[in-house]
Amino acid sequence: MSKVIKIKKGLNISMLGTAEKIIKKANQAEYYAVKPTDFKGIRPKLVVKVGDKVKAGTPLFYDKFQPEVQFTSPVSGEVTAINRGERRIILEVVVRADATIEYEEFQLGDSTNLSKEEIVAVLQQSGLWPTIRQRPYSTIANPNDSPKAIFISAFESAPLAPDMDYVAKEYTDYFQKGIDVLSKLTDGTIHLNINADYPAAETFTKAKGVQINKFTGPHPSGNVGVQINKIDPINKGEIVWYTYPQEIITIGRLFDNGIYDATKIIALAGSEVQNPKYYKILNGASIKNLIDENESELRYISGNVLTGSKISDDGFVGYYDNQITVIPEGKYYEFFGWATPGFKKYTASRALLSWLIPGKKYRLDTNIHGGQRAYVMTSEYDKVFPMDIYPVQLIKAIMVEDIDKMEQLGIYEVDEEDFALCEYVCTSKIEVQSIIRTGLDLMRKEMS
Amino acid sequence: MKFLRKSIDKIKPHFEKGGKLEKLHSTFEAFESFMFVPDTVTTKGTHIRDANDMKRTMAIVVLAVVPTVIFGMWNVGYQHFMATGQEGTIFELFWLGFLKVFPIIVVSYVVGLGIEFAFAQYRGHEVNEGFLVSGILIPLILPVDTPLWMVAVATAFAVVIGKEVFGGTGMNILNPALTARAFLFFAYPSYMSGNAVWTHGMMNGEGIIDSYTGATPLAEAAAGKIENLPSVVEMFFGTIPGSIGETSTLAILIGAAILLFTGMASARIMISTFIGGLVMGLLLNVFAVNPFMEIPAWHHLLLGGFAFGAVFMATDPVSAAQTPKGKIIYGFLIGLFAILIRVINPAYPEGVMLAILLMNVFAPLIDHYVIEGNIKKRLKRAKVKAL
Repeated sequence: MSKVIKIKKGLNISMLGTAEKIIKKANQAEYYAVKPTDFKGIRPKLVVKVGDKVKAGTPLFYDKFQPEVQFTSPVSGEVTAINRGERRIILEVVVRADATIEYEEFQLGDSTNLSKEEIVAVLQQSGLWPTIRQRPYSTIANPNDSPKAIFISAFESAPLAPDMDYVAKEYTDYFQKGIDVLSKLTDGTIHLNINADYPAAETFTKAKGVQINKFTGPHPSGNVGVQINKIDPINKGEIVWYTYPQEIITIGRLFDNGIYDATKIIALAGSEVQNPKYYKILNGASIKNLIDENESELRYISGNVLTGSKISDDGFVGYYDNQITVIPEGKYYEFFGWATPGFKKYTASRALLSWLIPGKKYRLDTNIHGGQRAYVMTSEYDKVFPMDIYPVQLIKAIMVEDIDKMEQLGIYEVDEEDFALCEYVCTSKIEVQSIIRTGLDLMRKEMS
Repeated sequence: MKFLRKSIDKIKPHFEKGGKLEKLHSTFEAFESFMFVPDTVTTKGTHIRDANDMKRTMAIVVLAVVPTVIFGMWNVGYQHFMATGQEGTIFELFWLGFLKVFPIIVVSYVVGLGIEFAFAQYRGHEVNEGFLVSGILIPLILPVDTPLWMVAVATAFAVVIGKEVFGGTGMNILNPALTARAFLFFAYPSYMSGNAVWTHGMMNGEGIIDSYTGATPLAEAAAGKIENLPSVVEMFFGTIPGSIGETSTLAILIGAAILLFTGMASARIMISTFIGGLVMGLLLNVFAVNPFMEIPAWHHLLLGGFAFGAVFMATDPVSAAQTPKGKIIYGFLIGLFAILIRVINPAYPEGVMLAILLMNVFAPLIDHYVIEGNIKKRLKRAKVKAL
C-alpha cells in the first residue's frame, strides 16, 4: 500500500453543472482543428494549404525548433481554413471531416521489441509526441533529454473536472500498452498519481510498471506540478516528463492498431449546460453540435474555468483539454456591489455572508468583481498554494525580471496552472498566470 | 438605480480619453466604481474571479473600526463631563464627542483623499482604496483637542511622504496612520505631550474641577504614581483618558474578532504581538527595580495604545512582514519593543507607535531572511541530489 500524500492548502470552488456520469457518443462534428496555440513555445511551420486532402495522422504543421515533431490531423478530409491572429500567428488549422475517416497507416511491427528511437519516431510521425510534455516550462518534451521521471496525474481536481477514473475505466488494455511504451522512454520511475478519496479505477490501480502514489485534498492536488513538488521536486538542470491518462490511452491505441485514433472523452459541464454529461468525441472537434443555440451571452471554455482557454460557440476542443465548460458572461454593473451581503456570490475568504450557506453550489460568471490594484493583502496566495515556494515573492521577481531570484525561488517547479487559484483569490485582481508564463518564457530564453 | 446608471453612462464620454474633462478621469472612475462595481470581464487567465475585492476588504476593516469610533465619541464626552464635574445622559455625552470627533474624521478624509485623487490622476492610475482605512485610523490615534489644522498637516505629510513618494498604496514602507501620529508627536512636542490635550476642554481650562488631572494612565505610571492607575475594569472598558479610539480594549477586541473571522487581518501578527508584549512585561516583572516595572504584565496589554496598535496598526498588510514566519517574528518584536520603550524610556510615555514604525522598517529584512531560508533549502536539495 503506498503512502497517501495529503495536500492541505488549496480550494475547491463549488460550481453548478457537474457532468452526469453518462457517456454519449457525439455526432461527428463537421469541422476539426488543431490549434498551435495549445502548445507552449513552438513555432508552427505549415505543411498543408487550404484545399489539401488529409488523412487522420497526416501532418498539418511542424515545429520550427524541433522539426521532427509533427502535428497531425485527427480526421480525414479537406483543409478548409488557416485562421490567423495578430501578427499573422497561426491560431487554427481547420479540417472539414469526411463522412468516414481514413487513416494513415504506421508500420510498427511488434511494439514490445521496439527501441526507444523507433518509438520516438513513431510518436513523432503520428502526431502523438506532443502528448508528452516536460517540466520546467511545460513545453513539448525533447526526445534527446533523459528525464529523471515521468509523472502521470490520473485524476483532475479543478472545478467541474471530469472524473478520470470513470473516463479511463473502459480502456485498461490500451492504458497498459501506453505505459509499456512510455517505460521504454525513461530509465527513471513512472509515477502514476491517483486520488485517495474514492476508489480509483482498476485501470490505474492494477497498472504494471508504475509507482502508484495517492493524493488527497482540495484542488490543486490533481495538478501534476504539485504532485512533482511533493514526490520528487525538480532541481536546476533536471527534467521530468508528464502526461495524462487519455493521452496514454491514445498512445496505446496507436501501438495496438497502427493508426492515430483521436477518440477521447470530454465532460461538457457548467451552470449553463442543460444536461451536463460526458461525450465521446475526436480530439479537436468543433463544439457546435454539442451545445444548444443560446441567446444569452455565454463564455465557452475549452478546459476548466481556472486554466482553460476561451473559445467561440463553434470553437474547437483543445489538444490537451478534457472538458468544455460553459458559464455566463459577467458584463453587468452592480450597484454598490462591494457593499452587498453577497449571498449569491462566492468567495474563498469570509468577506461575504455566503459562508452562512455551506455546501451551496454557485453559478459563477466572468465578472472580475472589482478593479486591478497593487498588492496589498498578503498570505492570500499561501492559503491556496501547496508547494514549498513563496508565490508572491516569485511573482515579484518575475515582474522585475530578476533571473537569479526567479531561479532561487523555484521557477523550475511551477507552471501557470499551479498559480490559477492564486489568481482566482487575488483581491488585487492581478493576472498571475500570465506573469508566470512571462517568467517561464524569459527563463527558457535565458537558458537556451 | 437604472436612472443613475443611465446618467453616468451619459456623462462618461466626457471623462474618457479625448473628452473635455479627461483630466478628471481617475476621479470619475473612483466615484463610478464606488457606486457600481464595473462590468469588466476576465480576458485571460482564470475565467472566474473571487467576489472579494479591495473595496470590500477595506470596507470590512472600516467596519471593524466602527466600535472604537462609537465608544471613542462617547468617551470624549464622558471625560469632558468628568473634568467639568457635570452630569449628562449617554446621548449628551455621545453628542459632545461626536461634535468633537466628526470634524477630525472629515478633515482627515478630505485632505487624504484629495491628495490620493490628485496623485492617481497624475499617474493615470485608478484611485486605490487604501486611504479609506488610514483616514479613519488617523483620528482614532489623536488626542481629541488636536487642532484641525494639525490634523490636516499631519495627514498631508503621511500621505505624501509616507505613501505617495514610494508609489502609493501597496508600496509604502511605513504605516501611513502612524506616520501622521509620529509627525505630530515630533513636530509639535510641546502641544502633544502633557496632560491637557487628552480631554476636551482642558486646554483652555475653563470649568475644570480641581481633582481632575486628565493624565493618562501611562503618564501616571511614568511619573511613578502607580496608585493612581485605573482599575482593570476601567482599562478594559476604556473609561479613561487617552487618544480617541485607543482606550476601550473591549471595542478593539470586537474589531479584532471581525478582522480575524473574515480573514482580513493576520492572526499571526495580532497574536504574536500580544505574546511579545506579555513576555516583555514578565521580563520586566522579574527584573523590577521601580513600581512601573512591577505592574502585572497583562495589565500592559490593556494600557495605552497597545491593543489598538496590535489589532489595527501592526496588521497593516503592506507595511508588515509578508511571509508567514516573518509575521510571527515581526509581531513578537513589536510587542517586545512596545513595552520596553513604554517602561524603560522616560522620554516617551507610549512605545507602541515607535515599536511598530521601527518594525515596519525592519519587516523587509525579516522577510529577506525567511526567504533566504527557503532558497537555501532548495540549493541544499539540489546539492544532495548532485552528490
